[in-house]
Amino acid sequence: MNELATGFPILTLLTVLPLVGAAIALFAGKHARGVALVTSLACLAVALVVWISLPANGIIGLVELHSWAPSLGIEYHLGVDGLGALMLLLSAVVTLMSVDAAHRVHHMPGLFYGLILILESGLFGSFTALNFFHWFLFWELSLIPAFFLIKLWGGPRRGPAATQFFVYTMAGSVALLISFLALFLSTGTKYAPGTMDFGDLAAMAASGALAQMVAAHLGAAMPWLAIGVLAGFAVKVPLAPFHTWLPAAYAEAPSPVTMLLTGAMSKMGVYGLLRIALPIFGVQIAAMRTPLLVLAVITVVMGAWAAAAQKDLKRIFAYSSVNHLGYCLLGIFALAVPVSGAAAQASQAAALNGVILQMFNHGITAAAIFWFIAIIQFRTGGLRGIDDFGGLRKPAPVFAGLMGIVLFSSLGLPGLNSFVSEFLIFRGVFPLAWVAATISILGLLVTAIVILTVIQKVFTGPVPEHWANFPDLHHSERLALAPVIGLMFLVGLAPRLILDTINPTVVNLLAHWRF
Amino acid sequence: MIEQSAAFTPQFAASSIARNLWLIPAVPMVASGIIALLKQPQRKLASTLAIGSLGFSLLLSFIAFAHVLRGWAHGSVVRETVSFTWLQFGHSAVDLGWVLDPLAAVMLVMVSFVGLLIFIYSVGYMAHDENFTRFFCFLSLFAGAMLGVVISNSLLLLFMCWEIVGLTSYLLIGFWYQKPAAAAAAKKAFITTRFGDIFFFLGIVWLFSQTGTLLFYNHGIGSLEPLSLAVLVTQHAGLGLSAAGAIGLLIFAGAVGKSGQLPLHVWLPDAMEGPTPVSALIHAATMVAAGVFLVARVYPLMAAGAPIMSIGAQPGGTSVALTVVTWVGAATAVFAALIAVAQNDIKRILAYSTVSQLGYMMAGLGLGGVAVGMFHLITHAFFKALLFLGAGSVIHGCHEEQDIRRMGGLKVDMPLTFITYAIGMLALCGFPIFFSGFWSKDGILEAAQHSSVIKGPFYLLVFGALLTAFYMTRQVCYVFLGYWRGPKPAYESPMVMTLPLVILAFFAMALGLIGTPAWPWFHAFLEGRAAEFSVHSLIEPGFLLLMATSSLVVFLGLGFGWRLYGEKSPKPEQPDALEKSVPWLWAPLRDRLYVDEFYGVTVIAFYAWWGRVADWIDRRVWGGIVALVAWIFALWAQLNRLLDINWVDGGFDKTCEELSEGGGLLASLQSGRVQNYLRILAVAVVALAVILFWSSRP
Repeated sequence: MNELATGFPILTLLTVLPLVGAAIALFAGKHARGVALVTSLACLAVALVVWISLPANGIIGLVELHSWAPSLGIEYHLGVDGLGALMLLLSAVVTLMSVDAAHRVHHMPGLFYGLILILESGLFGSFTALNFFHWFLFWELSLIPAFFLIKLWGGPRRGPAATQFFVYTMAGSVALLISFLALFLSTGTKYAPGTMDFGDLAAMAASGALAQMVAAHLGAAMPWLAIGVLAGFAVKVPLAPFHTWLPAAYAEAPSPVTMLLTGAMSKMGVYGLLRIALPIFGVQIAAMRTPLLVLAVITVVMGAWAAAAQKDLKRIFAYSSVNHLGYCLLGIFALAVPVSGAAAQASQAAALNGVILQMFNHGITAAAIFWFIAIIQFRTGGLRGIDDFGGLRKPAPVFAGLMGIVLFSSLGLPGLNSFVSEFLIFRGVFPLAWVAATISILGLLVTAIVILTVIQKVFTGPVPEHWANFPDLHHSERLALAPVIGLMFLVGLAPRLILDTINPTVVNLLAHWRF
Repeated sequence: MIEQSAAFTPQFAASSIARNLWLIPAVPMVASGIIALLKQPQRKLASTLAIGSLGFSLLLSFIAFAHVLRGWAHGSVVRETVSFTWLQFGHSAVDLGWVLDPLAAVMLVMVSFVGLLIFIYSVGYMAHDENFTRFFCFLSLFAGAMLGVVISNSLLLLFMCWEIVGLTSYLLIGFWYQKPAAAAAAKKAFITTRFGDIFFFLGIVWLFSQTGTLLFYNHGIGSLEPLSLAVLVTQHAGLGLSAAGAIGLLIFAGAVGKSGQLPLHVWLPDAMEGPTPVSALIHAATMVAAGVFLVARVYPLMAAGAPIMSIGAQPGGTSVALTVVTWVGAATAVFAALIAVAQNDIKRILAYSTVSQLGYMMAGLGLGGVAVGMFHLITHAFFKALLFLGAGSVIHGCHEEQDIRRMGGLKVDMPLTFITYAIGMLALCGFPIFFSGFWSKDGILEAAQHSSVIKGPFYLLVFGALLTAFYMTRQVCYVFLGYWRGPKPAYESPMVMTLPLVILAFFAMALGLIGTPAWPWFHAFLEGRAAEFSVHSLIEPGFLLLMATSSLVVFLGLGFGWRLYGEKSPKPEQPDALEKSVPWLWAPLRDRLYVDEFYGVTVIAFYAWWGRVADWIDRRVWGGIVALVAWIFALWAQLNRLLDINWVDGGFDKTCEELSEGGGLLASLQSGRVQNYLRILAVAVVALAVILFWSSRP
């Protein structure tokens, strides 16, 4: 542990590992999936080592800091705290699930698995980078493989979906880039270049120096820079109304890729808000908190309700993802409500713990749901309309049972993972912004209706003739799904397993943020 | 009530039974997990595991009960708690835990005892079902979660178990999932109760943020203890409510959903789609009573919610929360009883009767306190479980027939079922002296009569009693008297089904003995005071008058019923006797007063409409804006392309075109020129960077 802390570049190793795997997979032909499985398992192991090697006090550890391009303020600066490490774990788990789910890729398998591994590397890089330039590289790196994965292996309307996804996210990225260029230029002087280091910028923001520097160079641009950064993340999460790319992209992407999009990539946006936007632009976000909270509530409620109007299983759960991540946004923006006192701090801590745990829970649960949809699609030759099925519980009881557990996890049933994080978010948000919390609670009800309707239409009623022989889960599938479902129970029953590591980071983050 | 809880002597060192109390819910839950892994043919093992584990829980429950009883006999009120930290956030923690006190002990014994009888009964009832194994898996999970609700010392743990109870109810209502009606009923039950639960959830969150704890009792700093309550009653929550009152009402909303009170009662009659043992256990005896239990559990909070401007109000006035509980209960009692009058499905009559009786319990809580409401809960659990199991026996014997018009004369074919059913029916009607329902209902009526604040509920409840006697007489006449009207002859059920009937029938009569005014043992036990035997309170003129009144009402109801239905056995096609005399009243009652239809055109229509609106906004409004922006960029890109063609090297352009095959946001508009678009962005970024560099120069 101490050895790790004192120098072994484990985060670099973690980021490079999937790239190496990708290089091998590209040329491995029909063995590509094996390569990808081994690589993603190895990554999971390394991510677990990172998780247990974190500093106990919640600060950023496992730091790697090297000079890169000093004149441009660029450093090779890596490090993780509880937040980053949990995201590494999540990315590793979701990638493994995705590779596991994608077991019948006939069209260019080498490229497929290679791209997935490159995407994983992009995720790892962006969850560990602490310098904007470096972080941005990986942020974009993850986008490109995702684009091609949709574009080359997606459904019939994959072309427009991929492009919309790419352009939308790219537009957000450009906004981010411009904002950070402005910060870099503003923090520089005649004698020294500016900085793009998240920690440095956050410290300057906390002391108020950053706003002064920006004001000196660019006038009243600071709120606009904040909006630029927020826009970049709002698209990625997404925050309504920047979510319209999502249903098409999730629906048209092959399901294993949808698992990555919703399970891991959507977390990059939430992570960015927590790691970058709140520490550097806390004051500006606090000033905009009311419209932001309104948008978060719209995301929660309309996301759930739009899911109710869909007929395609993938679109239903795409919107359901919007709803679930809406709770994260709700929790984050509620943090910006100015309050003081021990009770308010407790609420903030509850909200932030909830947000971080919700990121993990949603990642696991949503990925698992799309996994089940992948299985359905494979068994039925690509069908995924909610009215295409009926009574599947009869021919496939184990399938119905396990998918039922996952769906109830998404619904927020106590005893399963999501309940814990949703409880914490509402516990935190209610005292800080009770109107927003009260309206958002409708989301819990509507989500329940949506999910029970799915169960009703797919699994109950008489079995149509042609599904009478719908194959139940094979042993290998059960074996692959069991650990994921076990994880849901584990987090739902003993949340300390994760929260005890997250909470110190939460306390540390809250102590340093200034609104 | 506050003074009372203050008088409890806290015991810091929990006894060994209190420390191990968690085993009572845990063992059936573990059994359920094991049964889930069994294969379909392992029926014997499944039922043995389920019955064995619940038997173990019953044993522990008796030990726990005996422990509380011993403490009570020595004059101290037992309230032992054990808690642990479930998770931490910031410097706060969420503690969960369990409590052993008289309320928990009584419920533990009731739930595990009635549960065990129904488990045994199910072995016979479900014998021919192919999913027998899964049935016992769900039943065990239910029993575990319900026992968890009972022992929870934390509102959050209670809620968690409460939701799992809701899940098992959902699974068991929809047990015959291939019937669309069952699947729909299951969904309706879950969603209706969850509607109440989101308010409950808000109440939990609010209580937690105000008091910093969700433990009920925690050596003086629990959320139900005077220290927290004192804070809660002083905080305004708007609308003249204190925080305590508002939180109490939010929690009550959860109880309204679970216990089928107005206006969320609609799911319970539909829940009868489940197998009959499920109706008996979950939708009559235990789960639906969980709402009543919840109100009893958080009673100090409900009672403390006195209106802030209560200084001017009448002394002895009750809190806003309890007033609401009373009115909701009383209104439900009459409303559901009215509907029960005109139903023809044997189980639906009982279901509406359950809704009505739960209303009595709520009113009892609101008017007379924990003991009054809880006593009716306990007696009702026994006689209603008896009635449902009896109905199951009838259905079983009549070849799955549920329409009472196609039965008749069963007193001959099913003598044991008839006798036990009659006992249950008389207990439910509140037939004087010998039946438990008489004493528990009279307790509620007495409390209503003595209430200094509101008189309305008393008259409602008396009217409800009249209706109860009437609809039960009608049902029994249809089913057991007259002559057989079904196609195939009926037969008596096997021992494994009738034995539980006999045991329940015994308790349906005997339980009254522990709650008579002469010896109010039950009330004394729950309230932690000594039980005194005094015949005086029985012959006190006020009480005698009440007994006479309620007896008269019961006889009236029985008499009306007998006059209309006794020994007549109308043919199934003939209109009902009541229909003939008052057709204008019959139709709305038969159609359940159109509540479902009303929800259909309001709430459900709104839900579907709003979903379409959300979808439309997404596709048209947001999608339209995106399309517009894309179109502008595409236009710009076209312009750029023209420039390219005319000015820039054509070869480069050709490469671009090849690359852009198939890309295309709104392909018709911009024909896939992402590259162009990106190029513009890149140019823009560079330009901006140059400008910024320029402007940043000193």
